[in-house]
Amino acid sequence: MSKSVLIKSGRLIDPASDRDEVADLLIVDGKIEKIGQITSASQSTAVYDADGMIVSPGFIDVHCHLREPGEEYKETIATGTKSAAAGGFTTVCAMPNTNPPIDTRAIVDFVKTKALMEGVIRVLPIGCVTKNSHGKELSEMSELADAGVIGFSDDGKPVSDANIMRQALTYSSSLGLPIINHCEVPELANEASMNEGWVATRLGLKGMPNSAEEVMVARDISLSELTGGKIHLAHISTSGTLDMVRAAKKRGINVTCEVTPHHLTLTDEAVLSIGDENSVFDALTPKAYDTTAKVNPPLRNVADMSVMANGINDGTIDFIATDHAPHSSVDKVCTFQEAAFGISVLETALGSVLSLYHNKKVGLGTIIKKLTADPAAFLGSNLGTLKVGRPADVTVFDLNEEWKVNSSLFLSKGKNTPLDGTLLTGKVKATFYGGEYVYRND
Amino acid sequence: MTLETDSKHSFGQKHVLDLDSFTKQEITHVLDNTVAMEQVLDREIRKVPALRGKTVVTLFYESSTRTRVSFEQAAKILSADVINVSSGGSSAKKGESLYNTALTIQAMQADIIVIRHPHSGAPHFLARQLKSNIINAGDGTHAHPTQSLLDLYTIRKNIGDIEGKKIVIVGDILYSRVARSNLWGLTKMGARVVICGPQTLIPNDFLNGHRTEEGHPFAGVEVQTDLDTALKDADVIMTLRLQLERQRAGHLPSLREYSQTYGINARRLAIAKDGALVMHPGPMNEGVEIETDIAHGAQSVIEEQVKSGVAVRMSLLYSMAAGQNLEI
Amino acid sequence: MPLIEKRIQNPVQIERALTRISHEILERNGGVTDVVLVGMHSRGVPLAQRISTAIERFEGVRIPVGKLDIGMYRDDISEKGSPLMKPTDIPPDINGKTVVIIDDVLYTGRSIRAAMDAISDFGRPSQMQLGVLVDRGHRELPIRADYVGKNVPTARDEDVQVRLREIDGEDEIVITTKSDGMGDEI
Repeated sequence: MSKSVLIKSGRLIDPASDRDEVADLLIVDGKIEKIGQITSASQSTAVYDADGMIVSPGFIDVHCHLREPGEEYKETIATGTKSAAAGGFTTVCAMPNTNPPIDTRAIVDFVKTKALMEGVIRVLPIGCVTKNSHGKELSEMSELADAGVIGFSDDGKPVSDANIMRQALTYSSSLGLPIINHCEVPELANEASMNEGWVATRLGLKGMPNSAEEVMVARDISLSELTGGKIHLAHISTSGTLDMVRAAKKRGINVTCEVTPHHLTLTDEAVLSIGDENSVFDALTPKAYDTTAKVNPPLRNVADMSVMANGINDGTIDFIATDHAPHSSVDKVCTFQEAAFGISVLETALGSVLSLYHNKKVGLGTIIKKLTADPAAFLGSNLGTLKVGRPADVTVFDLNEEWKVNSSLFLSKGKNTPLDGTLLTGKVKATFYGGEYVYRND
Repeated sequence: MTLETDSKHSFGQKHVLDLDSFTKQEITHVLDNTVAMEQVLDREIRKVPALRGKTVVTLFYESSTRTRVSFEQAAKILSADVINVSSGGSSAKKGESLYNTALTIQAMQADIIVIRHPHSGAPHFLARQLKSNIINAGDGTHAHPTQSLLDLYTIRKNIGDIEGKKIVIVGDILYSRVARSNLWGLTKMGARVVICGPQTLIPNDFLNGHRTEEGHPFAGVEVQTDLDTALKDADVIMTLRLQLERQRAGHLPSLREYSQTYGINARRLAIAKDGALVMHPGPMNEGVEIETDIAHGAQSVIEEQVKSGVAVRMSLLYSMAAGQNLEI
Repeated sequence: MPLIEKRIQNPVQIERALTRISHEILERNGGVTDVVLVGMHSRGVPLAQRISTAIERFEGVRIPVGKLDIGMYRDDISEKGSPLMKPTDIPPDINGKTVVIIDDVLYTGRSIRAAMDAISDFGRPSQMQLGVLVDRGHRELPIRADYVGKNVPTARDEDVQVRLREIDGEDEIVITTKSDGMGDEI
């Protein structure tokens, strides 16, 4: 007995196949069967009315922290994937800074098995660059690649030792896999907890200057040129980084980069937690020092934040990735200095990035491309598109629905978001993974 | 006789986190009442029942005998019940979070909590979590409002109205919470403020960032790196403590060079106005930021600062307790 | 709602009352020996000074006048906001003396209780007495005045105001009532 779903009358936007039109989409046995005007469907076909909605390929998140194994109190593969599905994501790449970290086949297998048993969407593991992420010795990259990792990262931390990075880029290039680096020079970051600037000084907090990221970006671009290895810059945040990547790409260097929804839309003023009617010159209220806005790399100032949209438009930024970093209240209900870095992003990602569309900064097709075709291309996979024969990973969303973020209702265990209580425009209505509903909201 | 008040809400602060939220009238109100409080300190029986039945908890995560004792004395003279929680004795050392410690204190039904903590924003955190009124006795490098109030009181007592007077703050502005609060307090009282120190210790983005925007609170503050220029015609010199860590963190080559370029000595004092006040929040590094003879000289009001600390804190505690049940 | 003011004492009447009170103080205490006046801020202070001046006219001796602000002795601190406190200046050594507290209006008696507590913190008088220009009734504590200028029965929603030339520019006592507005609308 075949299982079929018909998604009817939606506006199909699939940048990978250059499609933007109102059409029906028929799914049979977990694969896309037909796209077009479908009038006849069998009696057993479930029909989803997507009239007025956007139908796109399921989103792909290359940078996600699922916390399992080791920190299940913050998130598990089960809750994290459910959260992803609610955000319209059908594939997430799991960062390896778990406990134990993903630096051996055994842990890769653990993650993959857990995902199959308890996860609701596709989970692709990322392996550590160095053993235990200690930055001293390369991890067994070949075995990890064989086990199925899609790249290597010590994320959470940078690969500080330039020689180790050089060797890692060289070694991984023979495997055809990227090194994903969290660029942060420790001596410049120097125990800071937010962006260096007016807000930090106002609050009496140590700041991380743009140079802390840019110095290492420059280093990694140079090392990529030297070795021919593939360097991917995680969560870029400064205009200086963007400029360097742009120039490097022009010279043909094998560098790619990603940006998070929060670095596209928020600034360091979020730490002040002032309302829209208040000014940064007003007296601080008890709401200041908002730990939900504490993230690494930090939210930068307006100038850095606003050029990120340009980077999306001119292709300098390869794709959007969430850097979903769930934390429990134990790690966030405390002083700013004590709080953990990280924002719970999966369920607000779409609403956040769509603000660029609603504010006429980025086209809708481009946004969807940066969530689907482009991360798929980075992974070298055949995902991220609505083509006949491909897995039926489909996201249906309402482009104009306004909703208020309520973190207590998140499916993620992580309720830590500075967007709590704010209004977003754009909401996921249904997510299909392999033709099955993994999220539905209607 | 009906009880007279200048206005029902002559003091409208639920918390005292920093002077940025005070109006000039509120600062003046606290300073005016400090006079009455000083009178109480001169009596034989130094006790009034103003805060009888109220519980004041001092929560000090940084060792500071002087400030803590000053608050304790102030509260006790006003007949409040005082409970001192210091980090040495509390579970803080065992790793109990500030949050849990605060809940324990709330269970004591503290009316007012006075907190000093090495993390900026710790008082704001408590204000979010608890129902008590919070007084910031110094948080990280952010603020120290009661120190600024007693500095303002000392200036006013010695040279009268602060408006228009030239006040020079010298030293490590970047890390000094006293300097930060004084920037707010002095500009609100209409003083002409000059800050002076090594470039590496001046928070330029604080003074210049957003400066072109209208309404910048410190648009009128002058920045100087040359001390002799800064001191010309100064009415008050506020010296700040220079900590050893600054040299270690690479901000300065040596304390010796600092004291040569920014130390307050007799020659420099002469550049300021005759009778200019010399102030210091303490504790002093004599020989570094200030010479011993100046620190104890005729123009120094440093000891007075300490003495007036109790009276100022009494005035503040009084104003906070008054109107606790009012809608603010 | 508008306030209606009714003047119930003019400057001459007030002066006569103060003169009488001054004589009564002398009569009761058998002269000026060991008598100290303490005026309660604000208007008790000029009243106490006028009484002391009158007594000096009669007896040739100036008795000491103190000033008292009861801000720190109130029992309603959380309810009323933060008042501006005026100087308290009690004559030194009131031990064994007769302290006569002087105030403009006696109402609930709570201010007087606070005044007695305050004075007790400065020493131990042999006795305390109370002199007021107006007693408007509605006591909430068992306190009574020894010397009264005028008894003025009032309703709770009325207010009695004493105005003195030293503070308000002229002497008078007025009762203010909120008008109910009846008869204003057509």
